Amino acid sequence: MSEREVLELLRENARYGTDDIARITGLDEDDVEATIAALEEAGVVRGYQAVVDWDELEDERVRAVVELNVTLDRETGYADIASRLARFPEVTALRLVSGDYDFDMEVEGDSIREVSRFVSEKVAPVPEITQTVTHYVMTAYKENGIEFGDGDEDDRLSYSP
Amino acid sequence: MTLEQSARVAEIPPSGIRRFFEIAEERDDVISLGVGEPDFSTPWAARDAAIKSLELGKTSYTANRGMRELREAIAEYVTRFDLAYDPDGEIIVTTGASEAVDLAFRAFVDPGDTVAVVEPAYISYGPGVTFAGGEVLPVPTREEDEFRLTVDALERAGAADADALVYCYPNNPTGAVMSETDLEPVAAFAREHDLAVFADEIYAELTYEGEHASIAAFEGMRERTVVFNGFSKAHAMTGLRLGYALAPESAVDAMNRVHQYSMLSAPTTAQYAALEALASCEGEVESMVEQYDRRRRFVLSRFEELGMPCFEARGAFYVFPTVPDGFDCETFAEELLREKGVAVVPGNVFGAGGEGHLRVSYATGLDDLREALARIESFLTERDLL
Repeated sequence: MSEREVLELLRENARYGTDDIARITGLDEDDVEATIAALEEAGVVRGYQAVVDWDELEDERVRAVVELNVTLDRETGYADIASRLARFPEVTALRLVSGDYDFDMEVEGDSIREVSRFVSEKVAPVPEITQTVTHYVMTAYKENGIEFGDGDEDDRLSYSP
Repeated sequence: MTLEQSARVAEIPPSGIRRFFEIAEERDDVISLGVGEPDFSTPWAARDAAIKSLELGKTSYTANRGMRELREAIAEYVTRFDLAYDPDGEIIVTTGASEAVDLAFRAFVDPGDTVAVVEPAYISYGPGVTFAGGEVLPVPTREEDEFRLTVDALERAGAADADALVYCYPNNPTGAVMSETDLEPVAAFAREHDLAVFADEIYAELTYEGEHASIAAFEGMRERTVVFNGFSKAHAMTGLRLGYALAPESAVDAMNRVHQYSMLSAPTTAQYAALEALASCEGEVESMVEQYDRRRRFVLSRFEELGMPCFEARGAFYVFPTVPDGFDCETFAEELLREKGVAVVPGNVFGAGGEGHLRVSYATGLDDLREALARIESFLTERDLL
């Protein structure tokens, strides 16, 4: 189960060094490196990114969640539509979901206009797409397991018995 | 009459840690590994239950011994440590395990009685015995025994002539644990020399690589043992102040007599939180234990790399490394705090056996632990100790 443990630690903080992961798990550092390499090789770990709170940055960054409804036919399946959409760099996440609509797509851009234009000019015209509903993100409170509040101050006394 | 302190109070030395507080105040970048409480908040379900109880106006006293449902839940909970206690007569809910400890000393220690205190020890036992009029007999444990209590240590200290024995395992401050095999001869010693045993098991749930064992589960021990436990550590409820004692009915009656005239009942809001904690927070407790275990392995391996030997602590959330040659523990702790802003507790605070050691708490997030250990490394490097 060392694979699972290493994965959990990387998900907690991808910047833990292999030396620290070795200390925490009790594995050899070489084994940790091999485990991570194997996870990357197998496509389990697809990348490492920073979790950004855009509200803390002066530059505007607009994000939207777009609901997409599609129709399928004999030649076109979900995967075909998905691979077409996923190629757009504006699309940061794309998932097939259960419920009232088919795809849940996240889009990023520098302005509302840019994002709107992308949805109306690049996404809506795709023949299989029958409907789009765009939700602009107003405030993010938590992303990738990280809360964006001011953080819980550690109000414990610095010494206690 | 003027407010002159009683002889008993005058006998208690002021806390050795106070001056460290003041030094810590001078810096704003202190990472504290000096704390004896979890960094986690109480599981939300337990907090929510407390809030709901307030909304419903549940703010009156409870039965002296605590709410019956809570005692039932505690009775069920402690079966995991092979302990069976009747919720009606053998369990008393207290204001923190500390109150339970105090009740036991006041209920069972007569002036002139000797209480053997296993050291290094949580700082309250000695003063508690003194307030009850008893005499403290320190029983030092040694690093070569991994700070476990041995019959040899009891004999060397002269504990055969004592009236009672008090200890804490998993141990604060060393992180030592006592396995069933370790406890067996201690139980035999207590029976042979007719000692009452006060077993502080507040850290029971925080046992890594193995199971917690309670001395009260041994044959012939139940009738002479009071077990202390509570919600502060495993359920991260220190500020809610809720603990309990387990003992035979007549012993709980005696403790309850002190309790009903002093505390009356443990905080009602906290009792509701505790009830919920036992009902639904097991998963969160497990996850906290897992986090502590990760940090424990990290900290142990860092101290080993830094050349500060540290036996493999398997309980609570402390490790107890040895300070480098040429240092006493207080100097080391003070200079480390002044120069690097890392707070640790000098081991001698916990009794003479703690000299030469530091109590390092890993009830702090991994990021802070990494930074703190890096600062300790640079502290040692600057002194050519590394």
